[in-house]
Amino acid sequence: MSDSAYEHHEYDVLIIGAGGAGLRAAIEAKQRGLKVAVVTKSLLGKAHTVMAEGGIAAAMGNVYPEDNWKVHFRDTMRGGKYLNNYRMAELHAKEAPDRVYELEQWGALFDRTKDGKILQRDFGGHRYARLAHVGDRTGLELIRTLQQKVVSMGTDVFMECKVLRLVRDGEGRVAGCVGYWRATGEFVVFQAKAVILATGGAGKSWQYTTNSWESTGDGAAMALWAGARLIDMEFVQFHPTGMVWPLSVRGLLVTESVRGDGGVLRNAAGERFMFNYVTPMFRAETADSEEEADKWYEDHSAGRRPPELLPRDEVARAINTEVKAGRGTPHGGVFLDIASRRTPEYIRRRLPSMYHQFMELAGVDITREAMEIGPTCHYFMGGVQVEADTAATTVPGLFAAGEVAAGMHGANRLGGNSLSDLIVFGRRAGAGAADYAASGAAASGFDEGEVDAAVKEALAPLERTSGENPYDIQRDLQEMMQVNVGIIRNATELERAIEKLEEFTQRAQHIAVKGGRVYNPGWNLATDLPSMITFSKCSAIAASLRKESRGGHTREDFPNTDPELGKVNFALNSEDGRWDGPVTVVESPLLEMPDDLKALLEEAT
Amino acid sequence: MAEVEMRVWRGDANGGEFEDFVIELNEGEVVLDVIHHIQATAAPDLACRWNCKAGKCGSCSAEINGRPRLMCMTRMDSLPEGPVTVTPMKTFPIIRDLVTDVSFNFVQAAKVPALLAPPMPEGGYRMFQEDVERGQEFRKCIECFLCQDVCHVIRDHEGNKEHYAGPRFFIRYAELEMHPLDQNDRRDLIREEMGLGYCNITKCCTEVCPEHIKITDNAIIPLKERVVDAHYDPLAWLGRKIRRKPKTSAADAAVQPAP
Repeated sequence: MSDSAYEHHEYDVLIIGAGGAGLRAAIEAKQRGLKVAVVTKSLLGKAHTVMAEGGIAAAMGNVYPEDNWKVHFRDTMRGGKYLNNYRMAELHAKEAPDRVYELEQWGALFDRTKDGKILQRDFGGHRYARLAHVGDRTGLELIRTLQQKVVSMGTDVFMECKVLRLVRDGEGRVAGCVGYWRATGEFVVFQAKAVILATGGAGKSWQYTTNSWESTGDGAAMALWAGARLIDMEFVQFHPTGMVWPLSVRGLLVTESVRGDGGVLRNAAGERFMFNYVTPMFRAETADSEEEADKWYEDHSAGRRPPELLPRDEVARAINTEVKAGRGTPHGGVFLDIASRRTPEYIRRRLPSMYHQFMELAGVDITREAMEIGPTCHYFMGGVQVEADTAATTVPGLFAAGEVAAGMHGANRLGGNSLSDLIVFGRRAGAGAADYAASGAAASGFDEGEVDAAVKEALAPLERTSGENPYDIQRDLQEMMQVNVGIIRNATELERAIEKLEEFTQRAQHIAVKGGRVYNPGWNLATDLPSMITFSKCSAIAASLRKESRGGHTREDFPNTDPELGKVNFALNSEDGRWDGPVTVVESPLLEMPDDLKALLEEAT
Repeated sequence: MAEVEMRVWRGDANGGEFEDFVIELNEGEVVLDVIHHIQATAAPDLACRWNCKAGKCGSCSAEINGRPRLMCMTRMDSLPEGPVTVTPMKTFPIIRDLVTDVSFNFVQAAKVPALLAPPMPEGGYRMFQEDVERGQEFRKCIECFLCQDVCHVIRDHEGNKEHYAGPRFFIRYAELEMHPLDQNDRRDLIREEMGLGYCNITKCCTEVCPEHIKITDNAIIPLKERVVDAHYDPLAWLGRKIRRKPKTSAADAAVQPAP
């Protein structure tokens, strides 16, 4: 499209997002000899992956030789309350070890066992110590390793470019995207044979979140508008342990490694309350006394698992209940105590960034005092529906990997399974997109009208002389989602959320932004709000329809799990492709699991 | 509730000036919180970079009361009474307000010869904790580029940027040179093109590092010794031209002169 009015680039494979999944996809596509580019909203190396702390789950068996992919598969499916795409869980469990070893070849330096292998640590829901890690900054190690590999391969990386819309050809195939440079405000079109979404999650629509500003749900929203199907949007993971005080850092992540390394949860009365919250599904494998639980840390055959290491949904609900029952701390959390259980040297060596974070931001020395923590919006199990082997979405030319994709984690993700998801399915998306780009089935042009429409919409807030401040809308949206689509839901609140989201949709049509187009954060927020509102709307609608409690979706009006609803995903599609348009929902049956995999789930613990 | 006077530099490559804001302060807030209050109310177009607000991504670098720091890790109550000034990093060209063009660092990153590891043996590489720890210290780097900002070699002499990698990349080179698996040799490159010799070890970089990496003591000085020894030892020079010798351990690479 040489006559286009905008800056224009052409690639075989275009990746939107430069976190773990996007970078791993780029490496794979580039290794296959294709012309590849990565586009990111931020600078390279700043993506949300950098904040991951605990580790990468992979059944390497370096600490417990009895570990293998079958156990990892089983743990993942149980953690996901069996709503997972079984094939994704299977591929993930089988391929994660190779993906971790590969990182070492590219320069990653993991912590070691005494005999020089990659050390693995315990985490919630994993039967064996399984997380490859570097202290409590594993995400930084992952992103830096992949970033350095991508750069050394000479891959084109376009930084600080906000993508507004995917563009398609006349036959509905995805053919690229349109966005603008944050530094100049000028628009740019990327034409590509295949596009991979690797844009992460959407925590910025909630008030208290572990997520960075970038997590505005862009990928899922753009996929929806381009005709793709979203599933599992009701499943939102609230991480049990976020900081609660000072308010300035409320929601900030406190790694699960604190519990994996021996930390315990106590209420204001000092009681180790998690023993009161062991659900039947996990009773057989969970310790029933403090004595038994404490033996387990040293030797997993000497006792059963401590209840603090139940999957995240279970622990977050328990903390919520304790606080609501009046047994919380002065700032509305509970205590996470490692100070009384491990030596200061051990804590500083294993959890250096937690030590640093509490010392500098809260004035708390975690080697001497307990931390005050509470649940915080952390991760989205839902997103774009993909085909497990190729990461293809339901729209030709569009692929998705990492948090933006759905299915791998079912109703609840286990800690450590996210970083492994990024590298396993990042690689598969890179391969899938490369094969598609080379197949001759790809689009060769795109609809200029879609580009013009996106540009016009983006410029509108700058052209209004009076109207809403985008920051006011964002704040109101965050407060509304926190209250009405939070950790415990009910029909009244969800209906109110759906109504309110219609109001937000209207308000967002009247935003007026001050200033020009050059690095203007107000304008940037105005262009993020359509995806934030779209994602929130899909989340609220799916949550109102799932009339049961399962994983990261708890309904106080439907507290039980409904076996019939365990057979379906709620699948959402846009009716007209407009961001402010309606969505339709259908029940979509889960894939039928082969008998040999079913047998793995039924094995005794 | 306490009030604080903020003096924030606003402008672009053509110049700018301080704009003053009076902001209400809440307990425990950091400088970035205050910048966000300003954005949400008085100046929605105030440009600043930030991502994680947790000291992990290194995006919100600026100069607070003249000192290079992360805005998200600087508590307001740690600063002296009186107005707080916030200015962009001086070493890099201004884009707008507090946002600078840090592309110099990405150009340098692209020049680094990658790790060259031997083929992976069955069951993965064996490395020992004491061998990986030296490199791990350098890999804590969050690429905030505050060390680059404070380094007078490029802060005061724009022309040096062409032949000076800067502290952030000296720790990257040190990490690779000390990596237990690495078989590449970057010593001539570091000496001849990366300008290690310009560093006169004033340790300003170490002082501003939010990750407390001992940049000067643990990376630059050992790297200088390694490069200089190699350069002035003709046998070692000849050896390097003939074969590439894998390093046996990070500890060896760190403290001993090159062969």
